Amino acid sequence: MRLHLVIAVLSLVLGFNAIAVFAKEAQPLAADPQLEKRVNDIAKELRCLVCQNQTIADSHADLAIDLKNQVRDMVGSGKTQKEIVDYMVQRYGDFVRYRPPIKPTTYLLWAGPFILLVVGVVLLISNLRKRKLAIADTPLSADESERLKSLLSADVSTAGKNSGGEVKPS
Amino acid sequence: MSKNIRYLVPLIIFIVVAAFLYRGLSLNPREVPSPFINKPAPDFTLQKLENMGEQFSNKDMLGKVWLLNVWASWCVACRQEHPLLVQMRRRGEIPIYGLNYKDAPSQARQWLKQHGDPYEISVVDFQGNVGIDYGVYGVPETFIIDKRGIIRHKVIGPISTNILNECVMPLVKVLEQEDPQVTPTEYQRVEGCA
Amino acid sequence: MVPEIGHFALILALCIAIVQAVVSIAGAQLGVKSWVAIAKPAAQAQLVFVVTAFGCLMYAFIQNDFSVTYVAMQSNSMLPTVYRISAIWGGHEGSMLLWVTFLAVWTGAVAMFSKNLPDDMVARVIGVMGLVSAGFYMFILFTSNPFDRLLPPAMDGRDLNPLLQDPGLVIHPPMLYMGYVGFSVAFSFAIAALLSGRLDAAWARWSRPWTTVAWMFLTMGIGLGSWWAYYELGWGGWWFWDPVENASFMPWLMGTALVHSLAVTEKRGSFKNWTVLLAIFAFSLSLLGTFLVRSGVLTSVHAFATDPERGVFILILLLITIGTSLALFAWRAPKVGMGGKFHLVSRETFLLANNVVLVVAAAAVLLGTLYPLLLDALGMGKISVGPPYFNAVFVPLMAPAVFLMAIGPITRWKQANVMDMVSRLKWAAAIAIIMAIVTPFAMGEWGLLRPLGFALSFWVASAVVITLVERVQKVKGPGNYFSKLVGLPNSFLGMCVAHFGVAVFVMGVTMVTSYEVEKDMRMEVGDTVTMGGYTFQFNGVSKVKGPNYNANRGHIKVTKGDDLVTNLYPEKREYLVQTMPMTEAAIDTGLFRDLYVSLGEPVSGGAWSVRVYYKPFVDWIWVGCFIMAFGGFLAISDRRYRLVSKKREEEELAQAGEGVQGATAHKVATSEK
Repeated sequence: MRLHLVIAVLSLVLGFNAIAVFAKEAQPLAADPQLEKRVNDIAKELRCLVCQNQTIADSHADLAIDLKNQVRDMVGSGKTQKEIVDYMVQRYGDFVRYRPPIKPTTYLLWAGPFILLVVGVVLLISNLRKRKLAIADTPLSADESERLKSLLSADVSTAGKNSGGEVKPS
Repeated sequence: MSKNIRYLVPLIIFIVVAAFLYRGLSLNPREVPSPFINKPAPDFTLQKLENMGEQFSNKDMLGKVWLLNVWASWCVACRQEHPLLVQMRRRGEIPIYGLNYKDAPSQARQWLKQHGDPYEISVVDFQGNVGIDYGVYGVPETFIIDKRGIIRHKVIGPISTNILNECVMPLVKVLEQEDPQVTPTEYQRVEGCA
Repeated sequence: MVPEIGHFALILALCIAIVQAVVSIAGAQLGVKSWVAIAKPAAQAQLVFVVTAFGCLMYAFIQNDFSVTYVAMQSNSMLPTVYRISAIWGGHEGSMLLWVTFLAVWTGAVAMFSKNLPDDMVARVIGVMGLVSAGFYMFILFTSNPFDRLLPPAMDGRDLNPLLQDPGLVIHPPMLYMGYVGFSVAFSFAIAALLSGRLDAAWARWSRPWTTVAWMFLTMGIGLGSWWAYYELGWGGWWFWDPVENASFMPWLMGTALVHSLAVTEKRGSFKNWTVLLAIFAFSLSLLGTFLVRSGVLTSVHAFATDPERGVFILILLLITIGTSLALFAWRAPKVGMGGKFHLVSRETFLLANNVVLVVAAAAVLLGTLYPLLLDALGMGKISVGPPYFNAVFVPLMAPAVFLMAIGPITRWKQANVMDMVSRLKWAAAIAIIMAIVTPFAMGEWGLLRPLGFALSFWVASAVVITLVERVQKVKGPGNYFSKLVGLPNSFLGMCVAHFGVAVFVMGVTMVTSYEVEKDMRMEVGDTVTMGGYTFQFNGVSKVKGPNYNANRGHIKVTKGDDLVTNLYPEKREYLVQTMPMTEAAIDTGLFRDLYVSLGEPVSGGAWSVRVYYKPFVDWIWVGCFIMAFGGFLAISDRRYRLVSKKREEEELAQAGEGVQGATAHKVATSEK
């Protein structure tokens, strides 16, 4: 906006005649862009029931437009996001929420990934520990360590020194 | 040996997932059950289609078992179930009320003239607000409402002879037996509606 | 006539695939040389026949042969030729044919490029691939024959879905399928190794380049798909967590884990079981994706017309393929040894930690994708799992993976010194922290996740630079910095490039999600709107005629100061056959921003609704993907995959085998005590 003015002033001063200068600012499509942004944020969390898999923000289906208008009315009358989502869930069920509610049937959904991560890390560490102990118990014979050494150096040379010559057989 | 069981874990998980996938083949992911089942039907008062000067409310129906059928003249699938509804009215087994959803009243009246009128009364939901209150997402939909004004079942999509005979009529018979003064501890269900 | 030839060729391909499978595997297991020798010629013959079938279908499309049901469903006489070709894979039947064609291409490639491998091993691999091929040929022939005739023939076709009439859709599915199907090679190597009972480091070395190539195709396929969604769907998003997108993303995550795990197994002979399992998982998830997209168990914007009968068939294929593989794994895996020794702080550990995170991420995507189905199947209600869930779960899972990505490459194999690592990475950490503060400041707006995104991006990028510099400094001898850099092994450079691609990708995602500007405007002729320093002037709408559509084309002049930046022509198209309105956005692509305009509907007073976006760094998302894919390309162009002579390779493998088995024997002996 300010840039626009600067250009306008500059081009007037310099005698330029750019069309853009005299064109008027376009109006936002929505009467209240700020409200519209909130409406969109909420609409993006709601599923269009008649579409294949779209939010009511993206869909042009009749029902989606109706529901978006409903959201706009409710935002306009000061309803919170929670109230609006509850309103929709009351009518269409949890299916309408793209962010599933947290309740007993969805505990697994929400906690599952993090439980898996913890389990994965625990398994990894315990595995590595066990492994280290098991292998440390069996020192290689001189002959074997010699062979391992030659094997590793062969590997390093053919692998284009991929391990950066950092291999130090212990 | 028991130590080697852990190598079976991936296979077991896979078989469980596959079982669910098999079950999934016979489910319809797009059919959304109504959250209103066994809940009071939302209140509405709307103009009658045939006489816009008069109004009709769902409360007028307390004490009766009735069907609320959501329809529109622009709805193609409604034509499929329409002859069946007309027959039902002729038999007089159950009163059917129409919710004319997001339709031009003149076109709706014309449509009823052309295809026959199965409804005791049709009401005009021009804006579709009552539709939203009832969680309508596809037309046609049919709500079965008991004497206490509780929605007991919703048929999504056109009613077929099969649905009528297996679900709608058996459920209506059950509902007719109920005493409206008694609050049931458990709502009775009908096999064919599951 | 031609469609019948195609049909017949497909039947022959099925017969050959069965022979290829049965004779090769039996020959390898029983040690019959003459049977083993069948494998390669069979793979080549199968390729010839399936390519013939594909050619016949292509001919039917180009010739507008509407007596073929599939052509009548997917094409139209007005459709431009290039889209008639891409229409082949626009529907279920043809895309399945593309799938099996690529499987045959991969099999042929294995037959051709594995001269250095033992014959019985190659026979097993080709045999397993033949089994998979046979299953899918049967699926096509019994449930989804693209050559079925239509009687009487249609006057004209129903046309390709307008969404698919786009250059992106000409190349995106082939890339994606090359990736999906490419994991069948790693899978088949894994199964072959399990069948033979020889699960050694050699196996990992053989599968590694194949896996990298498949991963490279999949990366490009997903990147192209995301780019296509961005410019074609008209609302400027680039990832929607749609089940079909997830179906391609899960094998990618698993494939990425596999690529890293193969590195450990090849170099150190460790975690062979785990790597084999990942190879099975990666391809299983590809197959699962095929099932999800085609069976109708999930709703998606991109799903094919679905049919439960097909669903049952693919599910049976899945059960046989995956079930047998996992059973084989359960049988053989307990006998596999542990491989080389390493300490808790070592590159092995970091690679495995990365594996854990990637596998958990894939599992999370799988859980989110299937959860609605699970609840529904148990009668516990219907829910939707959408972008809010995936974003909430996926970002915290992947952040540690990206963090570890910088550390892994500078960590020594076997045993690393923590203090040494800290001192080597201190500059990367400093840069990351500074940029995490400076960038939001420079962009003018703060947020919770932004500093994290910038920190991770700069952390990885500067760690890559440090890794490279250290390596170059170690190279002795003459030559300047650059020649030494170029002289580094390609596999090492490939890794650095791919990791750098991730940094670029993270930068793009963080920037565009944090700082994009979107405005919905009502514009009369001459009206302007300004954002990001650019002025967009609306100069009206004109009618244009395309080959098979009519369109309203808006004209928007974009200026910056007094300079003309570009003219944008967004369109609203009405396709004639499917009478479907399509929004064709106009985009000015730049290194640091996209200007994205899409034309809406006419509104009152001769004005139009116009949606204008300013999207900073958005192209970095796809550039990042392509850099990753290019890293994969560099890695497989490494000398060792090309120059190692057969003799040397054999010697080396023999040695490696002995060495590893020696260590293994010790291991087993102790664990049984």
